[in-house]
Amino acid sequence: MAERFTKSMARNIYLGGSAFFILLFLALTLDTQVRAMPERDNRDQLTDQVVRGKHVWENNNCVGCHSLMGEGAYFAPELANVFDRRGGGNSEVFKAYMNAWMNSMPTNVPGRRQMPNFNLTEQEIEDLSAFLEWTSKIDDNDWPPNIEG
Amino acid sequence: MKYESQRVAMPYFIFALVLFAGQILFGLILGLQYVVGDFLFPEIPFNVARMVHTNLLIVWLLFGFMGATYYMVPEEAQTELHSPLLAWILFWVFAVAGTLTILGYLFVDYATLADITMNKLLPTMGREFLEQPTITKIGIALVVVGFLYNIMMTALKGRKTVVNIVLITGLIGLAVLWMFSFYNPGNLTQDKYFWWFVVHLWVEGVWELIMGAILAYVLIKLTGVDREVIEKWLYVIIAMALITGIIGTGHHFFWIGPPEYWLWLGSVFSALEPLPFFMMVIFAFNMINRRRRNHPNKAAMLWAMGTAVMAFLGAGVWGFLHTLAPVNYYTHGSQITAAHGHMAFYGAYVMIVLTIISYAVPIMRGRPYGNSNTAQVVEMWGFWLMTISMVFITLFLTGAGVLQVWLQRLPESGEALSFMATQDNIALFYWARLVAGCFFMAGLVVYFGSFFIQGQASPAEEVRGPATQDA
Repeated sequence: MAERFTKSMARNIYLGGSAFFILLFLALTLDTQVRAMPERDNRDQLTDQVVRGKHVWENNNCVGCHSLMGEGAYFAPELANVFDRRGGGNSEVFKAYMNAWMNSMPTNVPGRRQMPNFNLTEQEIEDLSAFLEWTSKIDDNDWPPNIEG
Repeated sequence: MKYESQRVAMPYFIFALVLFAGQILFGLILGLQYVVGDFLFPEIPFNVARMVHTNLLIVWLLFGFMGATYYMVPEEAQTELHSPLLAWILFWVFAVAGTLTILGYLFVDYATLADITMNKLLPTMGREFLEQPTITKIGIALVVVGFLYNIMMTALKGRKTVVNIVLITGLIGLAVLWMFSFYNPGNLTQDKYFWWFVVHLWVEGVWELIMGAILAYVLIKLTGVDREVIEKWLYVIIAMALITGIIGTGHHFFWIGPPEYWLWLGSVFSALEPLPFFMMVIFAFNMINRRRRNHPNKAAMLWAMGTAVMAFLGAGVWGFLHTLAPVNYYTHGSQITAAHGHMAFYGAYVMIVLTIISYAVPIMRGRPYGNSNTAQVVEMWGFWLMTISMVFITLFLTGAGVLQVWLQRLPESGEALSFMATQDNIALFYWARLVAGCFFMAGLVVYFGSFFIQGQASPAEEVRGPATQDA
């Protein structure tokens, strides 16, 4: 580096640059959270049941195998669109599917990936289904590219 | 070692390496479960093994950073550590709490663990990388506060170097951003948005400050280049890291609900994120070329160069490969993400911790000029085995990811293969990855072996030019 570029200039770029971008990030966060998200995150349908379903999701560490909106583990299918994939967009069909699925685990097919049976109550399966249905309706810029997730 | 209290770094380094071995062991279990789906089921289901693998990584890197800090700060400040006793107490608190948490994952099912740790009172569990029970999260916060107090008291009473200032800024940022791990709203998009405040702003923000500071410190010691020059570089590198990395968070906001302007903001800024890593490569090689001394610890020098190169490849190149929104639309949440994650974490953070260990541990063991030649040769074998294995792990996962995108994501609905059918089709890549993982483990064993080789300590260095007294 040229001698004219001094350490204090480097320090000022660091301090000024990071302060500017921290403030910009905070402003964008405010805009995202306050102005944009209510129109995109489906929050008018965020019922107590959906929140209970989110806790069922979390308390059983579902994200340790599955991904949800592309985040999590990549060992088991994406579930942000499972409501459309397995329920065809119909709540009753989806709930019935979920009940049958959760209760038939694990499959015990030798050599296949196994999903544990989490011994969820019927109520918990309904809550979880409501959470996944709610999640499928978030405006996520049309991700994933197709129904297979 | 100029100050007796620097020695508290030792237990941190040793425990970090033990956890590292555990992390790799569980990595092998996961790799096998990818192809033999029912391996260890139901004793250790995939989600448990994965949680152990990733949580051990986070915790051992934190132990490594803390050890590095305890070693560097007193020497930089030119004073003894404020309280070695506090450092020891916090070591045991963190080690015991960390071990109990991992045992909890392994021996109790997760819902029961959530129940007995009263997660209901403040639900924070069950989110990727933040699976720790709330009580553990509070423990981590307290340990970090105690640690910061100790370090800042030390730094404040001594010489204020740029290395210390940057390192401590990074550690404060780490503690502040950790607070977002306690925020878990019922609205999933908000949860995910703020979850990235911890995850992204750690690994692509404050951890980079810590990494930059450690690398700068080691290069000052190994090359004898004027501190002024190195500090100027350090400022420029971390400036670039924050300027690109903060808005670069946007590349995680593409598909989780935030508005569309993040698509181009995230794409533009994360396309710039390789810059600080590229500068780190130039920096490391430049300093080594301009060195005024030939430090006999060649292994530490190799680790330092390796960190710069591998961080650039993993975090920079492999990150850029799939960071632009139109590409990421297809690769998000695929094995490409896993490929990038593996090489980025190894290159940037695993290797920087191994760098400072390679430099500091021989000194703490009474060998100021590094280990014997035999020990260093074995250590360098460990370096090459682990690093080349990681390159292959990354390449095989990239192959798996490309094929996954090709079969599962690119075709229209109706023609695309299902997730599980796709997995069957890419099994060969997973087998190859597992083999590379076994070589990585072999490399780790060789690396550990180097600690037990005695031999003659290296003689004093050959000074090439007028080395600065400080270095």
